[in-house]
Amino acid sequence: MLLLEAMGTTLAMTAIGCVLGFLIAFVIVFLRQTPGLWALPIRFLAICYVEVFRRIPFLVVIYLVLFFIRSIVSEVSLFTIAVVAICIYSTAYTADIIRGGFESVSRQQIEAARAMNFSRWQTLMNVIVPQSWPVILPPAVAFAISFIKDTALVSQVGVFELTFRGKELNNEGFSALLVFGTIAFLYFLMSYPLSRWGRWLEQRLASSPSQRSKQRLRPAYSP
Amino acid sequence: MNYTFQFGVAFAELPELLKGAIITFELGILAFWGGALIGLLGAALKTYGTGPLRWLAGAYVVFFTNTPALIQIYFLYFGLPELGIRWSSFTCTLIGLTLNAGAYLTEIMRAGYISVRSTEVEAAETLGMSRWQQIRYVVVPHIAKTIYPALANFFIVILVMGTSIGAIIGVDELTGQAINISTENYRWIEMFVVVAGIYVILTFIASLSLALVGRWAFRVKAKVF
Amino acid sequence: MHHLQVKDLSSAYGPLTVLKGVNFTLAKGETAALIGPSGSGKSTVLRVLMGLNKPTGGEVLIDGAALDYSRPASVRAARERMAIVFQQYNLFQNMSVLRNVTIAPVKIKGRPRKEVEAEAERLLSKVGLADKHHAYPDELSGGQQQRVAIARALALRPQILLLDEVTSALDPELVNEVLDTIRGLAADGMTMLIVSHEMAFVREVATKVVMMDEGLVVEQGPPEQIFGAPKTDRAREFVGKILRH
Repeated sequence: MLLLEAMGTTLAMTAIGCVLGFLIAFVIVFLRQTPGLWALPIRFLAICYVEVFRRIPFLVVIYLVLFFIRSIVSEVSLFTIAVVAICIYSTAYTADIIRGGFESVSRQQIEAARAMNFSRWQTLMNVIVPQSWPVILPPAVAFAISFIKDTALVSQVGVFELTFRGKELNNEGFSALLVFGTIAFLYFLMSYPLSRWGRWLEQRLASSPSQRSKQRLRPAYSP
Repeated sequence: MNYTFQFGVAFAELPELLKGAIITFELGILAFWGGALIGLLGAALKTYGTGPLRWLAGAYVVFFTNTPALIQIYFLYFGLPELGIRWSSFTCTLIGLTLNAGAYLTEIMRAGYISVRSTEVEAAETLGMSRWQQIRYVVVPHIAKTIYPALANFFIVILVMGTSIGAIIGVDELTGQAINISTENYRWIEMFVVVAGIYVILTFIASLSLALVGRWAFRVKAKVF
Repeated sequence: MHHLQVKDLSSAYGPLTVLKGVNFTLAKGETAALIGPSGSGKSTVLRVLMGLNKPTGGEVLIDGAALDYSRPASVRAARERMAIVFQQYNLFQNMSVLRNVTIAPVKIKGRPRKEVEAEAERLLSKVGLADKHHAYPDELSGGQQQRVAIARALALRPQILLLDEVTSALDPELVNEVLDTIRGLAADGMTMLIVSHEMAFVREVATKVVMMDEGLVVEQGPPEQIFGAPKTDRAREFVGKILRH
């Protein structure tokens, strides 16, 4: 049962961290594309954030978050710290995915919107996002799924997740081969089906908007 | 916040940290090349292999890409002694990372094998090239050019994400050195900020040289940023 | 008073000067055609008018009021009064035909959806696409897409309609359906500024022809003058080249 709870923690912190990271990354990309000279510092900071955090090991980010937050407020749960670290890291990675997606929308589509007086935000929400999410979602989902494994590192600061539970069991005297074999298998159980689903999602999204609308209209059963 | 930063203390440890950085590079480069050899074989088996060999290569990739590298290393470090095999933490990290990298590199290299179009090979044949010349002048350059960006990117991932895992079982690479020193002087934030800076500089140098090599050797326009 | 007046308009694209002082006027209900060799800056004039390229000098006046393209409010005002149809149609790929036509009036101008949809249906019937409301752009031919783009521009109720080589990207057999639509608009008294390579069409529909070369207006006047008795050497040379084809 404790193993199941630990798996739940692993999944929950990955999901919360990556979803938050996705939303923050979205804002960062929007800021990064702000035109004009006055926005230069904003653009610079947005680029620095992505470039710096992609070049630092996740373990170092975990330690930084842990000691930084603990030095400001002492009453913070380890789970929160893990979520913050995952969020910071996934923000940097997904920002690049989102930027690539936005840039895949042709310039003419954006010009047409501008010529009709769409604001930057309206262009984003009505034209760029609907056209680029099939490009953005599969790699973003793939990143989150592959990050399930990488969250094993937060066991190092004592978050009660799957790897930590494994170490506990090993300390309680169970065979390391058995324990870590089981833990590896449990990670596999979470990661493999989800990655298959991610690949299915990618294939499904690789169709045009008109085809997708037909897929929606088509009844779920067919004779 | 009643915490006074003392970065001087952290900078005083730079020589120790750079020793760690050298081990980081050693681990990264060895694991990458070891993984590349496995990947070359694995991709060949997955693409051209038959029966159990092909299945074995597939199972290897699926297993190692769906379980944490940390657990793989734990298995070697804590598990193998039960069978009487006792390796140092450096060896365990290196072998674990190599096997892990091999799985990812198998996939990258397979994409390269698949990308060779039969039309290009046919064109080479009509020019009267021998089989060896076709491989030498058409197939290999094509594969190299296709997968170089992915390889360069993966090297940075191994160098950053991969090697730091060793710190957890006590390898004195860059992150490990930071943990060692911090537990003595309690300057965790300063130490890790400085270490983060060193990682940024190291990987920047690595990306830059990889981009230059790619440009010069394969005419690949790899991005540094 | 002139409806649209372009005075000494200049524009640069990086180090390249594309417009070097363009002058012409357009009266209400008039159909003016910008002609000239490729690279002469015709399309740039339309893009500058729509605020898609920045002018580097000169003035644009609508009903005597000058537009200042460095001020966002002024650019918005220009886009309120003018609408453009692009060479590549530029329909929003993620929206159905009806939504392409209604989105800007509803979301940007804040008009009631019911009213806009009724108008959109009328406009789509007018361009001959009454049965394509729920189709997506990638299900339509180029000519059909271009007619939707015209309906989309008209739904904005512009005072001036700008058409940027709207038939250049179409297969020859689809050109006429689009030209017919434009003929209809001219007959309705729509004020239009057309960039076109279809000289026979320009001759037939335009009430005024503005000939450009290398970022300057070489000659302007009624089509009979430009095609029949051009006054400048440059215009004579260009018209001669076209007529030989």
